[in-house]
Amino acid sequence: MEQGANYEGQPIHEPTGWWSRYVFSQDHKIIALQYISVALAIGLTGMFLSLMMRMQLGFPGLFESIDAGSYYQDVTMHGMIMVIYLLTALFLGGFGNYLIPLMLGSRDMAFPFVNMLSFWVYFLSVIILVSSFFVESGPTGAGWTLYPPQSILEGTPGGDGAGIILMLASLAVFIIAFTMGGLNYITTVLQSRAKGMTLMRMPLIIWCIFLATFLGLLAFPALLVGAIMLIFDRVLETSFFMPEIFKGGEVLDYGGGSPVLFQHLFWFFGHPEVYIIALPAFGIISELISCHARKNIFGYNMMVWALIAIAGIAFIVWAHHMYVAGMNPYLGFFFATTTLIIAIPTAIKVYNWVITLWDANIKMTVPMLYCLAFLITFLIGGLTGLFLGNVAVDVPLSDTYFVVGHFHMVMAVSPVLALYGGLYHWYPSVTGRMLDDTLGQIHFWITFVGTYLIYFPMHYIGFLGVPRRYYSNDQYDFIPQSVNDLNQFITICALIVGAAQFILLYNFVVSLYKGKEAGPNPWGACTLEWQALESPPGHGNWGEKLPVVYRWPYDYGLPGATADFVPQNVPDEQIT
Amino acid sequence: MSSNQHVSFEDSVPDNLKGLVADWSSDVQTFKVRWSKAMMWIFLVSDTFIFGSFLSAYMAVRLTTTVPWPNTSEVFALHVGGTDVPLLLIAIMTFILISSSGTMAMAVTSGYKKERVKTGVLILLTALGGVAFVGMQVFEWSKLIFEEGIRPWGNEFGAHQFGGFFFMITGFHGLHVSIGVVYLCIVAKRVFEGRYDRLNDYQMVEVAGLYWHFVDLVWIFIFAFFYLW
Repeated sequence: MEQGANYEGQPIHEPTGWWSRYVFSQDHKIIALQYISVALAIGLTGMFLSLMMRMQLGFPGLFESIDAGSYYQDVTMHGMIMVIYLLTALFLGGFGNYLIPLMLGSRDMAFPFVNMLSFWVYFLSVIILVSSFFVESGPTGAGWTLYPPQSILEGTPGGDGAGIILMLASLAVFIIAFTMGGLNYITTVLQSRAKGMTLMRMPLIIWCIFLATFLGLLAFPALLVGAIMLIFDRVLETSFFMPEIFKGGEVLDYGGGSPVLFQHLFWFFGHPEVYIIALPAFGIISELISCHARKNIFGYNMMVWALIAIAGIAFIVWAHHMYVAGMNPYLGFFFATTTLIIAIPTAIKVYNWVITLWDANIKMTVPMLYCLAFLITFLIGGLTGLFLGNVAVDVPLSDTYFVVGHFHMVMAVSPVLALYGGLYHWYPSVTGRMLDDTLGQIHFWITFVGTYLIYFPMHYIGFLGVPRRYYSNDQYDFIPQSVNDLNQFITICALIVGAAQFILLYNFVVSLYKGKEAGPNPWGACTLEWQALESPPGHGNWGEKLPVVYRWPYDYGLPGATADFVPQNVPDEQIT
Repeated sequence: MSSNQHVSFEDSVPDNLKGLVADWSSDVQTFKVRWSKAMMWIFLVSDTFIFGSFLSAYMAVRLTTTVPWPNTSEVFALHVGGTDVPLLLIAIMTFILISSSGTMAMAVTSGYKKERVKTGVLILLTALGGVAFVGMQVFEWSKLIFEEGIRPWGNEFGAHQFGGFFFMITGFHGLHVSIGVVYLCIVAKRVFEGRYDRLNDYQMVEVAGLYWHFVDLVWIFIFAFFYLW
């Protein structure tokens, strides 16, 4: 039944009505849009929380509703939402679902029903997460890393109520959703490609999503285990992570556990998670840069091997997040070494992107702007990563705003730039219409310049030694007034950038009705998702016959061809 | 004008690797198996990491805890005929689970021979082994809880974490066995209905077998780390 749904001549599951077509749909394209909508909605919530934090830092005491407790709750929920419920879900659930079958020439995912379940379980996890805002004493304020013992003790912001339980339960449910989706992505990539589509002819973004999913399937188990054990510590008062603790002069019932163990479990998940987000961003950039520079990607094979190397090394660098946790110094040396080694495959990728641009016919479209912005931002974020990868430099800089600046550059701004580039690039494929270019340019420049104005000063503030996560910087002699002025400046920039994101949403809605008709292949891309019979592609993607692939996905400027690109499904004889 | 820019590996690899290379460089399918079998393998790799994390956490805490770990051969001993026999119950449980792996393997073989009834009976036998295992686990749990007073949050034999890890990990494994029993019953039902005869393909039996063997293999590790250490 499930076997061969993609093979020619075999029927695939047809939707029977409005509900099964648009709500409980098993079509990967609808599921992708559902993922994207929910992720963007919860992402807006995350952005709102970050603006609340910025208001407090820039204009302390302006809003009386933001007290120390709610500030920490905002920090925690902002981090969790952005990393997991926005970026992971959007890149893998959204882009992965939409692009894998279309780019590989399949009719759908390998297991459409499991795919549908994956979205609804993800939706459930978001509901559980959001519900923690409405319980007594609110969501957990333990910091997004949820380190015990503090995260499960009463007295932590939001710690008296069910906030931490809902957080951990939501994570566990998310992991179930991710596993169902992830098994689908991997099986589809391995087992259900078009004729002629070998692994080394796959578009790079499919490689990236494939490897990111693999990272997720191996890394999320550690978080699941950590979450289960933390729930037990809280509910059953086991002492997995809890040492003997005095609180207010009284001994609690805990004893003998290891708080550092949770950090290991968390970061064994947490570091691969960085690459679960970064790899799809790399993939989007690879597609966009080649297409909008009208030139084949430089060093395809090396790009793939670099990705595989990154994915492998990603599992042996986790403890560089824990240098200040009281780790054996020799262990720190090992993890510093592996951390710096991972810069090599990453640099291969950056060089290859830059060389792809060399002597290319660069079209300054909005997606291209995002590519260029990504390259610069990722480079800067990567360079500050070299500081933090070294134990001796990390120890003074850890827990300052330098770290905040670094990871927002490399893990927030960079992926979001790639994400926006991808949205502008594939919007015509989804809707059949182009996004408005002028609005796109305005949105791009405000976002790009604005994020630099936000995060560059944070590096400086960090060098001054201002600790991160502090609710208020007022009472410390070593923090000069200039920091407060800078914080005000950053907050104003953040408000502008936050407001500018509504340009994108406005553009989405307006272009849906008034956008220019895109036609089947507006960017002149070689990959299969633009070669479907219908635009946008219909249920089953390909009509009667599945596409056959004759070439790699980056045949731009092929000598002898009149057009400057040759799609993957065009055989040599038919090139004109 | 072919744009195939890939280096041919065929000349540079020894013969026994050529099949591997051929699989990975093929189009349409990397592995010549049903999709569900590929998916089961990937799931099991992921599940390995769950159990791996559980057991690593257990080992880490057992090595670092401040209070000595309970003497396991004492805690897990059965009182039979006036003496404490260590490892008796767990030896029986392990024997039953391993035997069920044997019947599962026979079921897979007879499935590929298209022996419908024999396959179904062997799968049911396997499920019966699973039920027996879970039943004995219930017995062991209730003995530990009600007779020896071991709780997830503490016990009188030693470190607090003993009960927590024991109930958490064996419980998680028992959950896997229970799900496996349900799964096997569904597969057996489909065998008796003749669904795989109509498809002329018994690979789904092997897919269920993969899961069952995995659960058994995990038990060997849990057995070694909890009862023999």
